[in-house]
Amino acid sequence: MAIRERLSGNEAMAVAMKQINPDVVAAFPITPSTEVPQYFSTFVANGQVDTEFVPVESEHSAMSACIGAQAAGGRAMTATSANGLALMWECLYIASCSRLPIVLACVNRTLSGPLNIHNDHSDSMGARDSGWIQIYSENCQEAYDNMLMANKIGEHPDVLLPVMVCQDGFITSHAIENLDLVEDDKVKAFVGEYNPEEYLLNKENPIAVGPLDHFTHCFEHKRQQAQAMMNAKKVVLEVSAEFAKLTGRSYGLFEEYNAEGAEACVVVLNSTAGTAKFVADQYKAQGKKVAVLKPRLFRPFPVDEIAEALAKYKAIAIMDKAESFNAAGGPLFTDVTSALYAKSVFGPKVINYIYGLGGRDVKTDDIEVVFNKTLEIVATGKVDSVYNYLGVRE
Amino acid sequence: MSCNKELKTVSPDVNWKDITKGGNIPWAGNAELFKTGDWRSMKPIWLEDKCKQCLLCYPVCPDTSILVNAEGKRVEFDYDHCKGCGVCVKVCPFKAIDFVEEK
Repeated sequence: MAIRERLSGNEAMAVAMKQINPDVVAAFPITPSTEVPQYFSTFVANGQVDTEFVPVESEHSAMSACIGAQAAGGRAMTATSANGLALMWECLYIASCSRLPIVLACVNRTLSGPLNIHNDHSDSMGARDSGWIQIYSENCQEAYDNMLMANKIGEHPDVLLPVMVCQDGFITSHAIENLDLVEDDKVKAFVGEYNPEEYLLNKENPIAVGPLDHFTHCFEHKRQQAQAMMNAKKVVLEVSAEFAKLTGRSYGLFEEYNAEGAEACVVVLNSTAGTAKFVADQYKAQGKKVAVLKPRLFRPFPVDEIAEALAKYKAIAIMDKAESFNAAGGPLFTDVTSALYAKSVFGPKVINYIYGLGGRDVKTDDIEVVFNKTLEIVATGKVDSVYNYLGVRE
Repeated sequence: MSCNKELKTVSPDVNWKDITKGGNIPWAGNAELFKTGDWRSMKPIWLEDKCKQCLLCYPVCPDTSILVNAEGKRVEFDYDHCKGCGVCVKVCPFKAIDFVEEK
């Protein structure tokens, strides 16, 4: 029997970490992810976990400590947001290139500046090329479930990459939701022991980690790392299938909602997908069909599957809660459109909306603007503006 | 494990499928394989007849290029790795280490 609980998104992630019982958690507090290590340190103080908790003096040190712990042969986890993630920057690349499957709870917050503590995706989107697997979560349940799956995905021998589980700061991190928890013993069995093939504290087989890697070998290491990212997609599906058997909750690379018969589609990440699904149901009741596609796995980007799923639509609006400042649309837009082009999907008209920056509220009537625009494009076949901003004062 | 072991997994022509993960080198003490002696512009010369075996030179070597034998006596320099920094020359109380230009 699953355990019915009411938890905030942060608490849900911390409880997942408690059940995983990692060897090391090294973290530094930053809003809105602070509660994750805060709750976790309580579990440590209460003796509910065996974890070595390292209250470091910065996020750079948090990630460095995780790298050291994971290289030593332990399972290391951390949590952060916004500028904390930015301060981890160089270490993120060290973790992924060293093939250390650290798990990071990323509670999405606007990356300063201007100084802002509220939600958008500018922090994790900036880390999209750091070699970390990125999984996005719509609500508290998904944040919890994705955390439970993260170790298994990252630690798979074909992958060996760090994993970032993202959820929206405040919107889900501080919202209390009813959710189903998995029993401790089942989590333990599902996640399993971490038995790395090579690790620093193995005196039987000593290794050197992180050596100088010049032009003679560096390219081969990068190519191998790229392969690990390609392999991750299949592993995400396998782990998700196993998780579905355990819990009955099914997850894929993305979720497609109200796709049946729809000619318009809105692509959107995290909590706004929930709002969009609500509006999609209202529209459906009125006989207007707009689908919602919510990517779950953003790194690796499921190019083939997303292009195939989107090929059937006439109009697609891709919503980005991050500005790329490339004058050519947000990061999700660029990835989706590049997937469509690379897979020779030229049919759908595509537009981009940058929305919700700095935590600007996104209401159902904002979503209606996007839905109406896509329906208009379906009807007219014409796109008057590709790059758009939603909810900004003009 | 010996450092003379064949370097298959990190050889100059290893492909990306066979190369070790993350640049790991699958045995310890491998820095010995990297010969740094040719960085040297000045070369220390051990003058055995002047040497009193006080061993003050041994701990100051920033590398491990002053070799000590099983009897605890210093022997010849490890010129494969000595970079010619000259710290041992300065520390020797008996002028038993000469310092000459590398030819």
